[in-house]
Amino acid sequence: MAAVKFEQAMARLEAIVGELEKSDLPLDESLRIFEEGIRLSKNCLKILEEAEHKVEVLVQDKNGKKRIHAFSADDESDEPSA
Amino acid sequence: MTGLLRTSIEEQFSDIWLEGELSNIRAPGSGHIYCTLKDKTSQIRAVLFRSSALKLRFALQEGMQVIVRGRLTVYELRGEYQIVLDTVEPKGVGALQLAFEQLKERLAAEGLFDQDRKKPIPAFPRTVGVVTSLTGAAIRDILAVLRRRWPTLHVLIAPVQVQGESAGRQIAEALAALNDWGFVDVIIVGRGGGSLEDLWSFNEEVVVRAIAASHVPVVSAVGHEIDVTLADFAADLRAPTPSAAAEAVVPVLAEIVERLRELTLRMGQMMLRHCAFERQRLDAGIRGVTDVRFRLQDAAQRTDDMVDRLRELLQRLLTSGRERVHEAQRDLSGLNPILAIKQGLATVPQFSKRLEGQMGTILAQHRHRVHAMLAQLNTLSPLAVLGRGYSILQTVPAGQVLHRASDVEVGQELEAQLASGRLHCRVTRIVDDSSV
Repeated sequence: MAAVKFEQAMARLEAIVGELEKSDLPLDESLRIFEEGIRLSKNCLKILEEAEHKVEVLVQDKNGKKRIHAFSADDESDEPSA
Repeated sequence: MTGLLRTSIEEQFSDIWLEGELSNIRAPGSGHIYCTLKDKTSQIRAVLFRSSALKLRFALQEGMQVIVRGRLTVYELRGEYQIVLDTVEPKGVGALQLAFEQLKERLAAEGLFDQDRKKPIPAFPRTVGVVTSLTGAAIRDILAVLRRRWPTLHVLIAPVQVQGESAGRQIAEALAALNDWGFVDVIIVGRGGGSLEDLWSFNEEVVVRAIAASHVPVVSAVGHEIDVTLADFAADLRAPTPSAAAEAVVPVLAEIVERLRELTLRMGQMMLRHCAFERQRLDAGIRGVTDVRFRLQDAAQRTDDMVDRLRELLQRLLTSGRERVHEAQRDLSGLNPILAIKQGLATVPQFSKRLEGQMGTILAQHRHRVHAMLAQLNTLSPLAVLGRGYSILQTVPAGQVLHRASDVEVGQELEAQLASGRLHCRVTRIVDDSSV
Protein backbone atom coordinates (compact mmCIF):
# COMPACT_ATOMS: atom_id res chain seq x y z
CA MET A 1 0.00 0.00 0.00
CA ALA A 2 1.28 3.45 -0.91
CA ALA A 3 0.73 4.74 2.61
CA VAL A 4 2.96 2.06 4.08
CA LYS A 5 5.55 2.52 1.33
CA PHE A 6 5.71 6.24 2.03
CA GLU A 7 6.05 5.70 5.77
CA GLN A 8 8.88 3.20 5.26
CA ALA A 9 10.60 5.43 2.74
CA MET A 10 10.51 8.41 5.12
CA ALA A 11 11.84 6.26 7.96
CA ARG A 12 14.69 4.95 5.77
CA LEU A 13 15.49 8.48 4.63
CA GLU A 14 15.77 9.64 8.24
CA ALA A 15 18.06 6.70 8.96
CA ILE A 16 20.28 7.51 5.97
CA VAL A 17 20.66 11.15 7.01
CA GLY A 18 21.57 9.92 10.50
CA GLU A 19 24.19 7.55 9.04
CA LEU A 20 25.70 10.27 6.88
CA GLU A 21 25.81 12.66 9.82
CA LYS A 22 27.74 10.15 11.93
CA SER A 23 30.33 10.39 9.14
CA ASP A 24 32.24 7.26 10.06
CA LEU A 25 31.42 5.52 6.79
CA PRO A 26 33.93 4.96 4.02
CA LEU A 27 33.33 7.17 1.02
CA ASP A 28 31.99 4.42 -1.24
CA GLU A 29 29.45 3.32 1.38
CA SER A 30 28.42 6.96 1.93
CA LEU A 31 27.92 7.35 -1.80
CA ARG A 32 25.88 4.16 -1.96
CA ILE A 33 23.40 5.20 0.75
CA PHE A 34 23.36 8.76 -0.55
CA GLU A 35 22.20 7.45 -3.92
CA GLU A 36 19.58 5.32 -2.16
CA GLY A 37 18.45 8.41 -0.22
CA ILE A 38 18.08 10.48 -3.36
CA ARG A 39 15.99 7.70 -4.91
CA LEU A 40 13.78 7.53 -1.80
CA SER A 41 13.40 11.29 -1.71
CA LYS A 42 12.29 11.34 -5.35
CA ASN A 43 9.85 8.47 -4.77
CA CYS A 44 8.35 10.17 -1.72
CA LEU A 45 7.84 13.37 -3.63
CA LYS A 46 6.28 11.40 -6.48
CA ILE A 47 3.84 9.70 -4.09
CA LEU A 48 2.90 13.08 -2.62
CA GLU A 49 2.43 14.60 -6.05
CA GLU A 50 0.45 11.70 -7.42
CA ALA A 51 -2.26 11.89 -4.74
CA GLU A 52 -5.40 13.69 -5.75
CA HIS A 53 -8.00 15.20 -3.50
CA LYS A 54 -11.23 13.24 -3.72
CA VAL A 55 -14.19 12.94 -1.42
CA GLU A 56 -16.41 10.01 -2.32
CA VAL A 57 -19.38 8.27 -0.85
CA LEU A 58 -19.65 4.51 -0.56
CA VAL A 59 -23.23 3.34 -0.78
CA GLN A 60 -24.79 -0.06 -0.72
CA ASP A 61 -28.01 -0.77 -2.62
CA LYS A 62 -30.73 -3.14 -1.48
CA ASN A 63 -28.99 -6.14 -3.07
CA GLY A 64 -25.90 -5.38 -1.01
CA LYS A 65 -24.03 -4.18 -4.07
CA LYS A 66 -21.58 -1.39 -3.29
CA ARG A 67 -20.86 1.57 -5.47
CA ILE A 68 -18.99 4.83 -5.12
CA HIS A 69 -19.97 8.29 -6.20
CA ALA A 70 -18.40 11.68 -5.70
CA PHE A 71 -19.47 13.58 -2.61
CA SER A 72 -21.34 16.79 -3.22
CA ALA A 73 -23.42 19.17 -1.19
CA ASP A 74 -26.52 17.32 -2.44
CA ASP A 75 -25.50 14.28 -0.43
CA GLU A 76 -26.32 16.10 2.74
CA SER A 77 -30.01 15.59 2.10
CA ASP A 78 -29.49 12.06 0.88
CA GLU A 79 -29.78 9.96 4.01
CA PRO A 80 -29.61 6.26 3.29
CA SER A 81 -32.81 4.36 3.78
CA ALA A 82 -32.67 2.01 6.76
CA MET B 1 -65.47 -17.04 38.32
CA THR B 2 -61.86 -16.68 37.28
CA GLY B 3 -63.05 -14.85 34.21
CA LEU B 4 -65.10 -12.50 36.35
CA LEU B 5 -62.22 -11.86 38.71
CA ARG B 6 -59.96 -11.23 35.76
CA THR B 7 -62.21 -8.61 34.25
CA SER B 8 -62.60 -6.95 37.61
CA ILE B 9 -58.87 -6.94 38.39
CA GLU B 10 -57.90 -5.73 34.92
CA GLU B 11 -60.34 -2.86 35.20
CA GLN B 12 -59.17 -1.82 38.64
CA PHE B 13 -55.40 -2.26 38.17
CA SER B 14 -54.87 -1.27 34.55
CA ASP B 15 -51.83 0.95 35.20
CA ILE B 16 -49.80 0.41 38.33
CA TRP B 17 -46.28 1.08 39.57
CA LEU B 18 -44.45 -1.35 41.80
CA GLU B 19 -41.07 -1.38 43.41
CA GLY B 20 -39.27 -4.56 44.44
CA GLU B 21 -36.51 -7.06 43.99
CA LEU B 22 -36.32 -9.43 41.03
CA SER B 23 -36.08 -13.17 41.63
CA ASN B 24 -36.75 -16.46 39.84
CA ILE B 25 -35.99 -14.89 36.47
CA ARG B 26 -36.70 -17.27 33.60
CA ALA B 27 -36.25 -16.46 29.90
CA PRO B 28 -37.41 -19.40 27.77
CA GLY B 29 -37.03 -19.51 23.98
CA SER B 30 -40.31 -17.70 23.39
CA GLY B 31 -38.67 -14.39 24.22
CA HIS B 32 -41.03 -13.71 27.12
CA ILE B 33 -39.42 -13.18 30.51
CA TYR B 34 -40.98 -14.51 33.71
CA CYS B 35 -39.96 -13.48 37.18
CA THR B 36 -41.12 -12.80 40.68
CA LEU B 37 -41.18 -9.33 42.19
CA LYS B 38 -40.90 -9.26 45.94
CA ASP B 39 -40.29 -7.07 48.92
CA LYS B 40 -39.80 -7.99 52.57
CA THR B 41 -43.39 -8.98 53.16
CA SER B 42 -44.96 -9.96 49.86
CA GLN B 43 -44.40 -11.15 46.32
CA ILE B 44 -46.15 -11.18 42.95
CA ARG B 45 -45.54 -13.06 39.72
CA ALA B 46 -44.56 -10.89 36.75
CA VAL B 47 -44.30 -11.43 33.03
CA LEU B 48 -42.52 -9.32 30.42
CA PHE B 49 -43.86 -10.26 27.01
CA ARG B 50 -41.46 -10.46 24.07
CA SER B 51 -42.37 -7.08 22.58
CA SER B 52 -41.58 -5.33 25.86
CA ALA B 53 -38.59 -7.53 26.62
CA LEU B 54 -36.94 -6.46 23.32
CA LYS B 55 -37.04 -2.84 24.43
CA LEU B 56 -35.03 -3.63 27.53
CA ARG B 57 -31.57 -2.16 27.22
CA PHE B 58 -30.07 -3.94 30.19
CA ALA B 59 -30.21 -7.51 31.41
CA LEU B 60 -32.50 -8.41 34.30
CA GLN B 61 -30.53 -9.90 37.15
CA GLU B 62 -31.49 -11.78 40.30
CA GLY B 63 -31.74 -9.49 43.31
CA MET B 64 -31.86 -6.35 41.17
CA GLN B 65 -33.97 -3.54 42.70
CA VAL B 66 -36.40 -2.31 40.06
CA ILE B 67 -39.31 0.00 39.54
CA VAL B 68 -41.87 -1.48 37.15
CA ARG B 69 -44.98 -0.26 35.42
CA GLY B 70 -47.72 -2.56 34.17
CA ARG B 71 -51.22 -3.92 34.58
CA LEU B 72 -52.60 -6.69 36.69
CA THR B 73 -54.22 -9.70 35.07
CA VAL B 74 -55.21 -13.27 35.91
CA TYR B 75 -53.62 -16.25 34.26
CA GLU B 76 -56.75 -18.32 34.01
CA LEU B 77 -55.04 -21.64 33.30
CA ARG B 78 -53.50 -21.60 36.75
CA GLY B 79 -55.87 -19.27 38.47
CA GLU B 80 -53.02 -17.00 39.46
CA TYR B 81 -52.89 -13.25 39.22
CA GLN B 82 -49.80 -11.59 37.86
CA ILE B 83 -48.49 -8.28 36.63
CA VAL B 84 -47.83 -7.83 32.94
CA LEU B 85 -44.85 -5.47 32.73
CA ASP B 86 -44.53 -2.62 30.22
CA THR B 87 -41.32 -1.09 31.49
CA VAL B 88 -38.66 -2.09 33.96
CA GLU B 89 -36.26 0.54 35.29
CA PRO B 90 -33.36 -0.21 37.56
CA LYS B 91 -33.68 1.63 40.87
CA GLY B 92 -31.04 4.24 41.61
CA VAL B 93 -29.23 4.29 38.23
CA GLY B 94 -30.71 4.94 34.79
CA ALA B 95 -31.50 2.02 32.53
CA LEU B 96 -28.99 3.21 29.92
CA GLN B 97 -26.28 3.61 32.49
CA LEU B 98 -26.89 0.12 33.77
CA ALA B 99 -26.95 -1.33 30.26
CA PHE B 100 -23.69 0.46 29.54
CA GLU B 101 -22.01 -0.99 32.61
CA GLN B 102 -23.34 -4.49 31.97
CA LEU B 103 -22.26 -4.58 28.32
CA LYS B 104 -18.92 -2.99 29.12
CA GLU B 105 -18.21 -5.66 31.70
CA ARG B 106 -19.24 -8.48 29.39
CA LEU B 107 -17.26 -7.28 26.36
CA ALA B 108 -14.24 -6.42 28.50
CA ALA B 109 -14.31 -9.99 29.81
CA GLU B 110 -14.15 -11.15 26.18
CA GLY B 111 -11.03 -9.05 25.72
CA LEU B 112 -12.53 -6.68 23.14
CA PHE B 113 -11.03 -3.65 24.87
CA ASP B 114 -7.57 -5.12 25.50
CA GLN B 115 -4.68 -2.80 24.83
CA ASP B 116 -2.74 -5.45 22.90
CA ARG B 117 -5.56 -5.60 20.33
CA LYS B 118 -5.01 -1.98 19.40
CA LYS B 119 -3.61 -1.45 15.93
CA PRO B 120 -1.22 1.41 15.21
CA ILE B 121 -2.69 4.34 13.28
CA PRO B 122 -0.76 4.72 9.97
CA ALA B 123 1.36 7.86 9.86
CA PHE B 124 0.55 8.70 6.23
CA PRO B 125 -2.87 7.39 5.19
CA ARG B 126 -3.72 7.77 1.54
CA THR B 127 -7.41 7.01 1.94
CA VAL B 128 -9.39 7.83 5.07
CA GLY B 129 -12.75 6.15 5.59
CA VAL B 130 -15.44 8.03 7.50
CA VAL B 131 -18.51 6.41 9.05
CA THR B 132 -20.95 9.10 10.08
CA SER B 133 -24.06 10.94 8.98
CA LEU B 134 -23.89 13.10 5.88
CA THR B 135 -26.19 15.63 7.54
CA GLY B 136 -24.38 16.18 10.83
CA ALA B 137 -21.84 18.75 11.89
CA ALA B 138 -19.32 15.92 12.33
CA ILE B 139 -18.79 15.27 8.61
CA ARG B 140 -18.33 18.98 7.86
CA ASP B 141 -15.79 19.34 10.68
CA ILE B 142 -13.92 16.20 9.60
CA LEU B 143 -13.78 17.15 5.91
CA ALA B 144 -12.68 20.70 6.73
CA VAL B 145 -9.82 19.56 8.96
CA LEU B 146 -8.69 16.79 6.58
CA ARG B 147 -8.71 19.20 3.66
CA ARG B 148 -6.75 21.80 5.56
CA ARG B 149 -4.07 19.40 6.76
CA TRP B 150 -3.63 17.14 3.73
CA PRO B 151 -5.24 18.78 0.69
CA THR B 152 -4.67 15.78 -1.61
CA LEU B 153 -6.26 13.18 0.65
CA HIS B 154 -8.75 10.63 -0.63
CA VAL B 155 -11.77 10.47 1.67
CA LEU B 156 -14.35 7.70 1.40
CA ILE B 157 -17.53 8.32 3.36
CA ALA B 158 -19.84 5.46 4.31
CA PRO B 159 -22.99 7.36 5.25
CA VAL B 160 -25.10 6.07 8.16
CA GLN B 161 -27.73 7.24 10.55
CA VAL B 162 -26.05 7.97 13.85
CA GLN B 163 -29.10 7.71 16.05
CA GLY B 164 -32.32 5.76 16.06
CA GLU B 165 -33.15 2.11 16.01
CA SER B 166 -31.27 1.03 12.88
CA ALA B 167 -28.22 3.26 13.48
CA GLY B 168 -26.18 0.60 15.27
CA ARG B 169 -26.64 -1.97 12.51
CA GLN B 170 -25.88 0.62 9.82
CA ILE B 171 -22.68 1.70 11.56
CA ALA B 172 -21.56 -1.93 11.89
CA GLU B 173 -22.31 -2.60 8.20
CA ALA B 174 -20.52 0.55 7.09
CA LEU B 175 -17.41 -0.47 9.04
CA ALA B 176 -17.49 -3.88 7.37
CA ALA B 177 -18.03 -2.31 3.93
CA LEU B 178 -15.04 0.02 4.29
CA ASN B 179 -12.95 -2.96 5.41
CA ASP B 180 -14.09 -4.93 2.35
CA TRP B 181 -13.28 -2.06 0.02
CA GLY B 182 -9.61 -2.77 0.58
CA PHE B 183 -8.00 0.61 -0.05
CA VAL B 184 -8.87 2.30 3.21
CA ASP B 185 -5.93 2.99 5.53
CA VAL B 186 -7.80 4.26 8.58
CA ILE B 187 -11.46 4.76 9.54
CA ILE B 188 -13.01 7.55 11.58
CA VAL B 189 -16.32 6.55 13.13
CA GLY B 190 -18.39 9.02 15.09
CA ARG B 191 -20.89 11.80 15.33
CA GLY B 192 -21.31 15.21 16.90
CA GLY B 193 -22.52 15.87 20.42
CA GLY B 194 -25.91 14.90 21.78
CA SER B 195 -27.72 13.45 24.76
CA LEU B 196 -26.84 10.07 26.23
CA GLU B 197 -29.78 8.65 24.24
CA ASP B 198 -28.57 10.31 21.03
CA LEU B 199 -25.14 8.74 21.43
CA TRP B 200 -26.57 5.38 22.40
CA SER B 201 -25.91 3.68 19.05
CA PHE B 202 -22.20 3.88 19.80
CA ASN B 203 -22.77 1.77 22.91
CA GLU B 204 -24.51 -1.01 21.01
CA GLU B 205 -22.91 -4.39 21.03
CA VAL B 206 -23.06 -4.74 17.24
CA VAL B 207 -21.08 -1.49 16.81
CA VAL B 208 -18.51 -2.39 19.44
CA ARG B 209 -17.98 -5.79 17.84
CA ALA B 210 -17.68 -4.29 14.33
CA ILE B 211 -15.00 -1.89 15.55
CA ALA B 212 -13.12 -4.67 17.31
CA ALA B 213 -13.36 -6.86 14.19
CA SER B 214 -12.10 -4.14 11.81
CA HIS B 215 -8.79 -4.96 10.14
CA VAL B 216 -8.39 -1.29 9.30
CA PRO B 217 -7.43 0.82 12.33
CA VAL B 218 -10.44 2.68 13.74
CA VAL B 219 -10.46 6.10 15.39
CA SER B 220 -13.62 6.83 17.37
CA ALA B 221 -14.97 10.35 17.72
CA VAL B 222 -18.30 10.40 19.49
CA GLY B 223 -19.81 13.60 20.83
CA HIS B 224 -17.67 15.84 22.99
CA GLU B 225 -14.67 15.33 25.17
CA ILE B 226 -16.77 14.23 28.15
CA ASP B 227 -18.81 11.64 26.25
CA VAL B 228 -17.34 8.17 26.54
CA THR B 229 -18.95 5.30 24.66
CA LEU B 230 -18.16 1.62 24.34
CA ALA B 231 -17.12 2.35 20.75
CA ASP B 232 -14.32 4.45 22.26
CA PHE B 233 -13.12 1.49 24.32
CA ALA B 234 -13.02 -0.80 21.29
CA ALA B 235 -11.43 1.73 18.93
CA ASP B 236 -7.70 1.72 18.27
CA LEU B 237 -7.64 5.40 19.14
CA ARG B 238 -10.23 7.53 20.88
CA ALA B 239 -10.48 11.12 19.72
CA PRO B 240 -12.42 13.55 21.91
CA THR B 241 -14.24 15.12 18.94
CA PRO B 242 -14.66 14.51 15.18
CA SER B 243 -12.28 17.42 14.41
CA ALA B 244 -9.69 15.94 16.74
CA ALA B 245 -10.07 12.58 15.00
CA ALA B 246 -9.34 14.21 11.64
CA GLU B 247 -6.26 15.85 13.14
CA ALA B 248 -5.14 12.54 14.59
CA VAL B 249 -5.29 10.60 11.31
CA VAL B 250 -3.38 12.89 8.95
CA PRO B 251 -0.26 14.98 9.40
CA VAL B 252 0.06 18.42 7.81
CA LEU B 253 1.16 17.88 4.21
CA ALA B 254 3.14 21.12 4.11
CA GLU B 255 5.16 19.97 7.11
CA ILE B 256 5.88 16.61 5.51
CA VAL B 257 6.99 18.23 2.27
CA GLU B 258 9.23 20.55 4.30
CA ARG B 259 10.63 17.59 6.23
CA LEU B 260 11.36 15.74 3.00
CA ARG B 261 13.06 18.83 1.58
CA GLU B 262 15.13 19.29 4.73
CA LEU B 263 16.21 15.63 4.81
CA THR B 264 17.23 15.73 1.17
CA LEU B 265 19.15 18.96 1.68
CA ARG B 266 20.94 17.65 4.77
CA MET B 267 21.81 14.46 2.92
CA GLY B 268 23.40 16.49 0.12
CA GLN B 269 25.30 18.68 2.58
CA MET B 270 26.63 15.65 4.43
CA MET B 271 27.75 14.09 1.17
CA LEU B 272 29.50 17.27 0.03
CA ARG B 273 31.26 17.51 3.38
CA HIS B 274 32.34 13.92 3.19
CA CYS B 275 33.67 14.40 -0.35
CA ALA B 276 35.58 17.54 0.66
CA PHE B 277 37.06 15.68 3.61
CA GLU B 278 38.15 12.75 1.45
CA ARG B 279 39.57 15.18 -1.09
CA GLN B 280 41.64 16.79 1.66
CA ARG B 281 42.92 13.43 2.75
CA LEU B 282 43.77 12.52 -0.81
CA ASP B 283 45.67 15.78 -1.23
CA ALA B 284 47.55 15.11 2.01
CA GLY B 285 48.36 11.63 0.72
CA ILE B 286 49.66 12.97 -2.56
CA ARG B 287 51.76 15.51 -0.66
CA GLY B 288 53.14 12.68 1.48
CA VAL B 289 54.13 10.68 -1.58
CA THR B 290 55.74 13.74 -3.13
CA ASP B 291 57.65 14.41 0.08
CA VAL B 292 59.20 10.95 0.02
CA ARG B 293 60.22 11.38 -3.59
CA PHE B 294 61.79 14.75 -2.81
CA ARG B 295 63.67 13.31 0.10
CA LEU B 296 65.01 10.44 -1.91
CA GLN B 297 66.10 12.84 -4.62
CA ASP B 298 67.68 15.00 -1.95
CA ALA B 299 69.56 12.03 -0.53
CA ALA B 300 70.72 11.09 -3.99
CA GLN B 301 71.93 14.61 -4.64
CA ARG B 302 73.76 14.68 -1.36
CA THR B 303 75.44 11.43 -2.24
CA ASP B 304 76.48 12.88 -5.56
CA ASP B 305 77.81 15.97 -3.79
CA MET B 306 79.79 13.84 -1.41
CA VAL B 307 81.28 11.84 -4.23
CA ASP B 308 82.20 15.08 -5.99
CA ARG B 309 83.75 16.54 -2.87
CA LEU B 310 85.60 13.32 -2.29
CA ARG B 311 86.97 13.47 -5.83
CA GLU B 312 88.06 17.04 -5.28
CA LEU B 313 89.72 16.14 -2.03
CA LEU B 314 91.56 13.27 -3.67
CA GLN B 315 92.51 15.50 -6.56
CA ARG B 316 93.96 17.99 -4.10
CA LEU B 317 95.80 15.24 -2.22
CA LEU B 318 97.15 13.90 -5.47
CA THR B 319 98.15 17.35 -6.62
CA SER B 320 99.88 18.22 -3.38
CA GLY B 321 101.60 14.82 -3.48
CA ARG B 322 102.86 15.56 -6.95
CA GLU B 323 104.01 18.99 -5.84
CA ARG B 324 105.88 17.40 -3.01
CA VAL B 325 107.47 15.03 -5.52
CA HIS B 326 108.45 17.95 -7.66
CA GLU B 327 109.85 19.78 -4.63
CA ALA B 328 111.80 16.72 -3.70
CA GLN B 329 113.02 16.48 -7.24
CA ARG B 330 114.01 20.14 -7.11
CA ASP B 331 115.75 19.63 -3.75
CA LEU B 332 117.49 16.61 -5.05
CA SER B 333 118.47 18.11 -8.32
CA GLY B 334 121.09 20.26 -6.66
CA LEU B 335 122.86 17.20 -5.39
CA ASN B 336 122.56 14.53 -7.91
CA PRO B 337 119.89 15.31 -10.32
CA ILE B 338 119.95 11.99 -12.02
CA LEU B 339 119.86 10.10 -8.79
CA ALA B 340 117.28 12.40 -7.43
CA ILE B 341 115.20 12.01 -10.56
CA LYS B 342 115.55 8.27 -10.38
CA GLN B 343 114.54 8.29 -6.76
CA GLY B 344 111.73 10.66 -7.47
CA LEU B 345 110.52 8.58 -10.32
CA ALA B 346 110.61 5.56 -8.11
CA THR B 347 108.53 7.20 -5.33
CA VAL B 348 105.87 8.74 -7.50
CA PRO B 349 104.12 5.54 -8.49
CA GLN B 350 104.42 4.26 -4.97
CA PHE B 351 102.95 7.43 -3.59
CA SER B 352 100.25 7.49 -6.19
CA LYS B 353 99.41 3.92 -5.39
CA ARG B 354 99.08 4.73 -1.69
CA LEU B 355 96.96 7.71 -2.46
CA GLU B 356 94.73 5.71 -4.70
CA GLY B 357 94.42 3.08 -1.99
CA GLN B 358 93.38 5.73 0.51
CA MET B 359 90.89 7.23 -1.88
CA GLY B 360 89.35 3.83 -2.41
CA THR B 361 88.98 3.33 1.32
CA ILE B 362 87.40 6.73 1.85
CA LEU B 363 85.05 6.22 -1.07
CA ALA B 364 84.09 2.79 0.26
CA GLN B 365 83.44 4.27 3.69
CA HIS B 366 81.22 6.97 2.28
CA ARG B 367 79.35 4.49 0.12
CA HIS B 368 78.81 2.37 3.14
CA ARG B 369 77.41 5.29 5.09
CA VAL B 370 75.04 6.21 2.28
CA HIS B 371 73.85 2.61 2.06
CA ALA B 372 73.36 2.49 5.82
CA MET B 373 71.28 5.67 5.62
CA LEU B 374 69.10 4.24 2.88
CA ALA B 375 68.71 0.98 4.79
CA GLN B 376 67.66 2.90 7.86
CA LEU B 377 65.12 4.78 5.76
CA ASN B 378 63.71 1.50 4.51
CA THR B 379 63.53 -0.23 7.84
CA LEU B 380 61.60 2.54 9.57
CA SER B 381 58.20 1.23 10.75
CA PRO B 382 55.80 1.51 7.82
CA LEU B 383 52.96 2.45 10.18
CA ALA B 384 54.93 5.27 11.69
CA VAL B 385 55.79 6.39 8.21
CA LEU B 386 52.14 6.18 7.19
CA GLY B 387 51.20 8.13 10.30
CA ARG B 388 53.43 10.91 9.11
CA GLY B 389 51.41 11.13 5.95
CA TYR B 390 53.20 8.64 3.70
CA SER B 391 51.57 5.71 2.00
CA ILE B 392 52.53 2.26 0.84
CA LEU B 393 51.95 1.47 -2.79
CA GLN B 394 50.98 -2.08 -3.55
CA THR B 395 50.14 -3.90 -6.71
CA VAL B 396 46.57 -5.15 -7.18
CA PRO B 397 45.69 -7.92 -6.57
CA ALA B 398 49.11 -9.45 -5.69
CA GLY B 399 49.67 -6.96 -2.91
CA GLN B 400 53.36 -6.59 -3.69
CA VAL B 401 54.94 -3.51 -2.12
CA LEU B 402 56.47 -1.28 -4.78
CA HIS B 403 60.04 -0.01 -4.60
CA ARG B 404 60.85 0.91 -8.15
CA ALA B 405 58.84 2.79 -10.70
CA SER B 406 60.15 0.31 -13.25
CA ASP B 407 58.28 -2.45 -11.42
CA VAL B 408 54.94 -1.22 -12.72
CA GLU B 409 53.43 -0.54 -16.08
CA VAL B 410 51.35 2.34 -17.28
CA GLY B 411 47.67 1.55 -16.74
CA GLN B 412 48.36 -0.88 -13.91
CA GLU B 413 46.08 -0.62 -10.87
CA LEU B 414 47.73 0.13 -7.57
CA GLU B 415 46.43 0.44 -4.07
CA ALA B 416 47.78 3.10 -1.76
CA GLN B 417 47.56 2.26 1.91
CA LEU B 418 47.16 5.45 3.90
CA ALA B 419 47.28 5.71 7.68
CA SER B 420 43.48 5.50 7.49
CA GLY B 421 41.88 3.88 4.49
CA ARG B 422 43.05 2.97 1.02
CA LEU B 423 43.05 4.62 -2.33
CA HIS B 424 42.73 2.86 -5.63
CA CYS B 425 45.01 4.43 -8.22
CA ARG B 426 45.97 3.85 -11.79
CA VAL B 427 49.49 4.49 -13.13
CA THR B 428 49.36 7.16 -15.78
CA ARG B 429 53.10 7.83 -16.24
CA ILE B 430 56.35 6.26 -15.10
CA VAL B 431 59.34 8.44 -14.30
CA ASP B 432 62.26 6.06 -14.15
CA ASP B 433 64.54 8.04 -11.91
CA SER B 434 67.15 5.29 -11.58
CA SER B 435 69.79 7.50 -10.00
CA VAL B 436 67.89 7.16 -6.71
